Amino acid sequence: MVNLTINGKKVSALEGTTILDAAKQNGINIPNLCYLEGIHKIGACRLCVGEVEGAKNLQPACMVAVREGMVVKTNTNKVRQARKILYELILSDHPQDCLNCQRNQNCELQAMGHRLGVKEARFSGEHSAGGLDISPSITRDMSKCILCRRCLTVCNEIQQVGVLSAQRRGFKTVIGPAMSLPLNTVSCTYCGQCTLVCPVGALNETDAIQDVWQALNDPNKRTIVQTAPAIRAAIGEEFGLEPGTLVTGKLVTALRELGFDEVFDTNFAADLTIIEEGTELLTRLTKALTGEGATLPMITSCSPGWIKYVEHFYPQELDHLSTCKSPHTMLGALAKSYYAQKISFDPRNMYVVSVMPCTAKKFEISRPEMQNDNLPNVDAVLTTRELARMIKEAGIDFCNLEDGKFDNPLGLSSGAADIFGVTGGVMEAALRTVYETVTGRELPFANLHITPIKGLEQIKTAEILIENPLEDYKFLDGITIKIAVTNGLAGAKILLDQVAKGESPYHFIEVMACPGGCIGGGGQPRPTSYEIRQKRMNAIYKEDEGKILRKSHENEYIKQLYAEYLKEPNGHKSHELLHTHYTPRGKYNELMR
Amino acid sequence: MPEMKNCTCSCAKENDEQKYKKLAELMKQYKNSEGSLIQVLHIAQAIFGCLPLELQRYIAQGMGKPLSEVSGVVTFYSFFATRPRGKHVIRVCLGTACYVRGGKKIITRLEEILGVGVGETTKDGLFTFEVARCIGACGLAPVIMIDDMVYKQVKPEKLENILAQYN
Repeated sequence: MVNLTINGKKVSALEGTTILDAAKQNGINIPNLCYLEGIHKIGACRLCVGEVEGAKNLQPACMVAVREGMVVKTNTNKVRQARKILYELILSDHPQDCLNCQRNQNCELQAMGHRLGVKEARFSGEHSAGGLDISPSITRDMSKCILCRRCLTVCNEIQQVGVLSAQRRGFKTVIGPAMSLPLNTVSCTYCGQCTLVCPVGALNETDAIQDVWQALNDPNKRTIVQTAPAIRAAIGEEFGLEPGTLVTGKLVTALRELGFDEVFDTNFAADLTIIEEGTELLTRLTKALTGEGATLPMITSCSPGWIKYVEHFYPQELDHLSTCKSPHTMLGALAKSYYAQKISFDPRNMYVVSVMPCTAKKFEISRPEMQNDNLPNVDAVLTTRELARMIKEAGIDFCNLEDGKFDNPLGLSSGAADIFGVTGGVMEAALRTVYETVTGRELPFANLHITPIKGLEQIKTAEILIENPLEDYKFLDGITIKIAVTNGLAGAKILLDQVAKGESPYHFIEVMACPGGCIGGGGQPRPTSYEIRQKRMNAIYKEDEGKILRKSHENEYIKQLYAEYLKEPNGHKSHELLHTHYTPRGKYNELMR
Repeated sequence: MPEMKNCTCSCAKENDEQKYKKLAELMKQYKNSEGSLIQVLHIAQAIFGCLPLELQRYIAQGMGKPLSEVSGVVTFYSFFATRPRGKHVIRVCLGTACYVRGGKKIITRLEEILGVGVGETTKDGLFTFEVARCIGACGLAPVIMIDDMVYKQVKPEKLENILAQYN
């Protein structure tokens, strides 16, 4: 331990701790705009400067490690004055158009001004070149960028996609793709993690709110909405509730009050995914073990950021992906076929909206593969943040809403579907069904949780021994099924490199593009930190455990769907509506074609 | 780096295939040593004359780096060009010493003589006119460089005579 004095307080901290962290541990919050705990510290914004005895200049607290006997002052006139000036200088190259900014009242720069007591922007001068870059998923407005470079770190280190980097230099620096190309011409996965960490309005999801209002106000349209599992564990934060507060019932009511005709649950399609993907896994395993040959490991396909990543960086490995569409496109496809038929309604007048924790899904719905009978499966994707804005705009008092219930038949779901929202969840849900299908017995884990694959670690693995299977699956007797789960694309890269070398020991891999899975998705409320992910994860498991129905194959409406319409898993109708194929894109995307 | 001494631009001497092959060989040597991207970019510019996006992509692939990082380095350093340059490259130093000793006046005069601005190439393709940030010859300020040649204590009125040596 190192002993030092901060603002007259004698404190101690572990060696290597920065002044900023040491102060925080002792109840002193030093302001900053670029620092992200455990992820990003480069001392770019300089707002964390403080006086260190013996040092000539002010020192950035996020960069300087504590030393024995150090005397730090973070609240002197000199420091306060310097911070204000630094802040005003940042502001002098910022549009200061808060009323017209999406981040108004949720902006770290704006909040910082208030905190530092800056009452006027004294400096004016040249502004950096702006220009909007609107991709299907993410909109960049670089005139608002304060060059904190959090997005750069997240893109290059956490996700290892590397489409964002600092281009040019000095005052002309722009954080963006190579040669300032637009995002839709490079190998961006649209995971949206950059939008999650941007302190200002420079990086946002591409707005779908106007389209959705228009559909809601169109008397000829039948509007159908569905919500992903991760929304119910996060949207409460937008209304001041504690992270991890489950608001499933309120969410349903809010969607009804917004004017949607049907409120369905993407969870239903998650259960359906388990049946389809589980069947696909068993088919592949059967073929592999009976000598017919099959591509293994099979890898999940629910996360469109992950899909685009494989298409760009490992186009030769696309066969490993399950052919299942992501759950919300499955539900959209069914709404416009099965359900439309059931209620005798022309699907051309249906408008399906998906509320997703995800920016990548905005691009996904525009893919030509996500259409049936020339109709897009899903017409619009709203992020968690966008839905919250609509609810506020509509004047709905979210926190005091009564609990509502999803509509059927596409609204009932098992606990297995809930955990699709968290890393490890799809794997666990699949194995709850697959293990039982093969052995006739429940998955042999306490409370049905495969503990080794739970949690926020980057890569998690487990082995499950198949013993005494049912007659149809005798060939699996004594086989140990090896599984791996990862969240965040850096982990995916490690597992994919093994696959590419032919050294992957696994049968089945789950990948979610975002750290933590969908609970930490690029469309989720800001901020999303490690602790917040943890709380949202706990909420998701609570939702699962609170249900009597815990396994996808026990969902009565799924059974009904197969009996009435799809006939059999992986059958003809399923392939038409619920399965897809992938497009090799290459590392540098279409730009060079 | 023998390539660098031989030519600022060897465009005319080799075909594209030979150039790419040469670059690929060099990248193999540099790939695993940390911080060697700049070196490779220097060599590539010497071989190709400039570093357009297509070439940056080739380098990114060869070095196993994101294209955005390669482009970031190329656009950071004024030495690198992404568009074809003239036969000769004039670099006027605007580092502190050269700046205070009249670098700006040299720029103004060159603009008049060449009829193009900083960053541009003359219509006849003879000169590309650039600004450099300190070439480490402050004692000789103000300096300009034409290709590999450094001219010391340059006065605006000397410029025409200097340029006349190049064709």
